This record gives sequence, C-alpha cells and structure tokens, in this order.
Amino acid sequence: MSTHSQIAGRLAHRRSRQRKEKLIELTLLSAALVAIATTLGIVFILFSESLVFFRQVPIWDFLTDTQWTPLFSDAHFGISVLLSGTLTSSAIALAIAIPMGTVLAVYLSEFASPRTREIAKPVLELLAGIPTIVFGYFALFFVTPLLQKIIPGLPGFNLLGAGIVMGVMIVPYISSISEDAMRAVPVLLREGSYALGATRLQTAFKVVVPAAFSGLAAAYILGISRAVGETMIVAVAAGMQPNLTFNPTESAATVTAYIVQVAKGDLPHGSLGYQTIFAAGLALFLITLLFNLAGYWLRRRYRETY
Amino acid sequence: MNAPEAKPDLDSLPIKAEAKQLNFYYGAKQALKQIDLPIYDNKVTALIGPSGCGKSTFLRCFNRMHDLYPGNRYEGEIRLYPDDVNLLASAVDPIEVRMRLSMVFQKPNPFPKSIFENVAYGLRVRGLKNRTELEDRVEQALRDAALFGEVQDRLQDLASNLSGGQQQRLCIARALASEPELLLFDEPTSALDPIATGSIEELIHALRDKVTILIVTHNMQQAARVSDFTAYMYLGELIEFGWTDDVFFRPKQKQTEDYITGRFG
Repeated sequence: MSTHSQIAGRLAHRRSRQRKEKLIELTLLSAALVAIATTLGIVFILFSESLVFFRQVPIWDFLTDTQWTPLFSDAHFGISVLLSGTLTSSAIALAIAIPMGTVLAVYLSEFASPRTREIAKPVLELLAGIPTIVFGYFALFFVTPLLQKIIPGLPGFNLLGAGIVMGVMIVPYISSISEDAMRAVPVLLREGSYALGATRLQTAFKVVVPAAFSGLAAAYILGISRAVGETMIVAVAAGMQPNLTFNPTESAATVTAYIVQVAKGDLPHGSLGYQTIFAAGLALFLITLLFNLAGYWLRRRYRETY
Repeated sequence: MNAPEAKPDLDSLPIKAEAKQLNFYYGAKQALKQIDLPIYDNKVTALIGPSGCGKSTFLRCFNRMHDLYPGNRYEGEIRLYPDDVNLLASAVDPIEVRMRLSMVFQKPNPFPKSIFENVAYGLRVRGLKNRTELEDRVEQALRDAALFGEVQDRLQDLASNLSGGQQQRLCIARALASEPELLLFDEPTSALDPIATGSIEELIHALRDKVTILIVTHNMQQAARVSDFTAYMYLGELIEFGWTDDVFFRPKQKQTEDYITGRFG
C-alpha cells in the first residue's frame, strides 16, 4: 500500500514538474516571438505604406528618374538620387573600416600581449558606445575643416568627411567580431604553421585569416549594414541636398538623411510627400536584406569545421 | 649489454642530434630534468612514458615551439649535427630552427586550403615561387607520404574533405616537402582509427631511410613496431634509453619494466 502511494506521489510530482517546464518554455517562446513580431510588423508597415506610394508613382519612375524633388510642385521621385549618396558615403566608410578593422583584429588576436589586449578592447568598445550625433558633429566641425585644408573648395557639408567618420565609427564593430572569429581558430592550426617555419605575419594572413573567413564575412556584412543604415552622421555632416553624385567632395543627401528630414518636418501624414519615406525606407530595407542574405550565404559557403 | 651480434656498436652510429643536460621550465615549474639523449641518424627514436612525463614537452624543445608562449625557459643544449649548432641558443632564430625541422601533430591540422597549397605552404614560406618546382616538390612529398595516388586527381580540393588518416598523411607530406633534417611526430595516430594508424606506422617505418625521426607515442606496441630506439621518460627525467628490443625485452631499470609490462602507468 505504501509503495502504491509512493508511486502516485511521484507521478503527481512529475506532472507538476512537466507543467512548470511547459510554462517556462512558453515564456521563453513568447520572448522570442516579440522580436519576430516586431520585425514582421516593420516589414508589413513598410510594404503596405509603400504600396500607397506606388499606386501614385510607378515603380519604373521610382527606379529610373534622376531627380528627387518630392516636395516641389514638379515632383520627381528618383530614388537613385538618394541611393547615390548612401552608396558613396558607405563606400568611403567601408574603405576605411574594413582594412582598419581587419588589421586591428589581426593585431589584437595574433600580436598583442594579453595586457595590451585587455586595455585596447574596452577602449574600442567605448568608441562603439559614442552616440552617433557626436560623431556627426565631429565630422562637421573637426574632420571637414581639416579636409578643407587639403582639398580647397570642399563644401562644409560633404560625403567625404561624413564617410571617413562613419568608417571610424564602424571599425570597432568589425574588429570585435573579426577578432572573436580569429581567436576561435584552433591553436593547433597556428602551431602547424609556425612549425613549418612561418613568421607571425605569415601565420596571421595565410592561415588564421582564411580559417576565420566566415566570421570575417559576418563582420563585414554587419559593417555594411551599419554604414548603409547610419543616419545621424550623414544627416549632420553630409548635407540634406538630394544630389545624384558619386563624388565624395560634394554635398548630398542619403536615404536615411532624407527620411529624418521629412519625418521631423511638418508634412501632413498621408500626403504623397510623407509616403515617400516609406518607399525610401523599403529601398533601404531591401538593400540591407540583400547584404544579410549574401552574408548568410558566405558564412555557409566558408564555414570551417576545424 | 645483451645486444645481439646484428646490432652495430652504438659508438659507431652517426648521431643527428643530441640533447645535453637539458632542463626545461614552464615558468617556475621544471618539466624536464637533466636530459641527455642521442638521436641517431636515419633511425626512428620513440619517446614513451605515462601522461605528463614530459615526452611531448621534450619533443617541442627541438623546434622551439615553447618560444611561442611567454614564461618558458630552456637550459642546456640540443645540438644538431653535422654543423654542431645548439638549437636552443638564444642567438639562434627559432624560425631558422623550424626551417630545418618539421613536426606532425596529435590531431591532423590541415590548413583551410587546397591539398596542393597545404603541401606547398612550407615551400612558399621559404620563398619558393617557381610553379614547376613547386609542383614537382609537392608531388614528391605526396608520394613520400603515400598519398599521391589517392589525391592526384583532386589536388585543388579542400584538404578538409579528406578522411582523418588521409589528412594526417597530408600533414606528413607537408612536413616532408621542405626536406627536413629531423622529423618530429607528436602522437601522430592518437586521433585515428586502427586502419589509418596502421598506414601511418608503415609510412613512418618507410621514411626512416630518408629522414631521422623522433616520435612521441602513448602506445607501446606502436613504439615497438616503428622504432629502432626507445627512450622511457618519467616525471621529466629520462629513465632508460636503448635499442627498442632491449628496452622492451631486457629493460635495465625496474621502473621501465613495470611500465612496459603494464604494472604501472
């Protein structure tokens, strides 16, 4: 009889444990769903609001028009004008951030003493914590005047200064992820290289960097997404004039800068001018999505099994 | 000494390298104590002993791998002949040492490159650029490592696509390509299945004619199968050294006998 009640007690205990497990599982799942729901919500709003815009402006015009004057009476909606600003400033930023971030990561992972690394890493993370508006004014009031001494006639608002500062801002993102990827490369692989008579530099660039390539690709993709999506620096330092140009010494508006400008202005909600920000946002979203997909593909293609 | 007639007198054998009064320290901890050991030319010398006895530490002194990490310190000498240079001298660049000696590790560690580039790596590091010479020497190294037949149609494939045993033979080919004077094996079959182990052992036996070999092994049967000489180490000291069959069948030290017969270790 006593064994019988013991078994019954154990079963009841097991049931209550299973209920508890289920509850925890549901809590965790709902936390995960919040993130997914937010993403889906954003995508839904972008598409549905853009649809309103594209009912009035043909997609073909949106893609091919060479003017962006949505607020003029003779309105034109050529997104390429804004994209040129985004692409130029991003290209400058990445031309700085990718080499600098990679070299920094190689240094921290392969050359620096543990002591140096312990000092340098928090400082770099501090750089990543600076509000972008501060970087924006740094570009406008420090870097641009400096550049004007080298390039006479450089306008006060220009893509070059904004791009350079944006690059500096992105360096810690790239170096941090790249360094993690390189430090994940097994010691055995490095020793294999050293044992063949390789120097530290040869080992770093011929063995460790290729072995960490999937992680480096992830870091670069994140850097690209940050550059394309960066708003404050370009809004402050690159000017707000839509300008179809790939010349970094000119002033131009990026997609993000335009969105800020319109969103904070006093355009009535629902007007065509206001709808443009969703179309522009959608274009931005599709670009970053493209890069993220490319990054996903690269990570899978070069995933290392050590 | 009970050595049969067939064995030549040890004094008459040429020596390739020799540890002399070697001490090694990991920081304050002494890992090797007063080791004196000759490595005979074109012979296989096996290092055996229980885990932590210092056999891998000893092996890694030869190509100065300990220099990669701070706090390590050598005392004494490892002399490499015929030019009689002390590999451990602080004036000797460890990279120069590693150019002359090669090493094969516990686990196959091919680089994330093609089969060809793995074998060519050491040659490229040495500045060899001539394409035909590279191709010739890669092919020769792969032949010496008994791998060429299996990979000749796919030299541009990633090395990671090979099986574990093939990867380890690739690492041997990579080590052989630069024509080392001394080849160091650090438990080269510990991550392999018995069949792959057998092929690596055959290979080590065959390579003896080309290169002097020093091999650390956990596996006493392996030491008995592949080596000419065996050194038994315990707690950082060299307990016994001699012809492999002498060490296995007529050990002079009680400790060696206990280890070999399985009463200890």
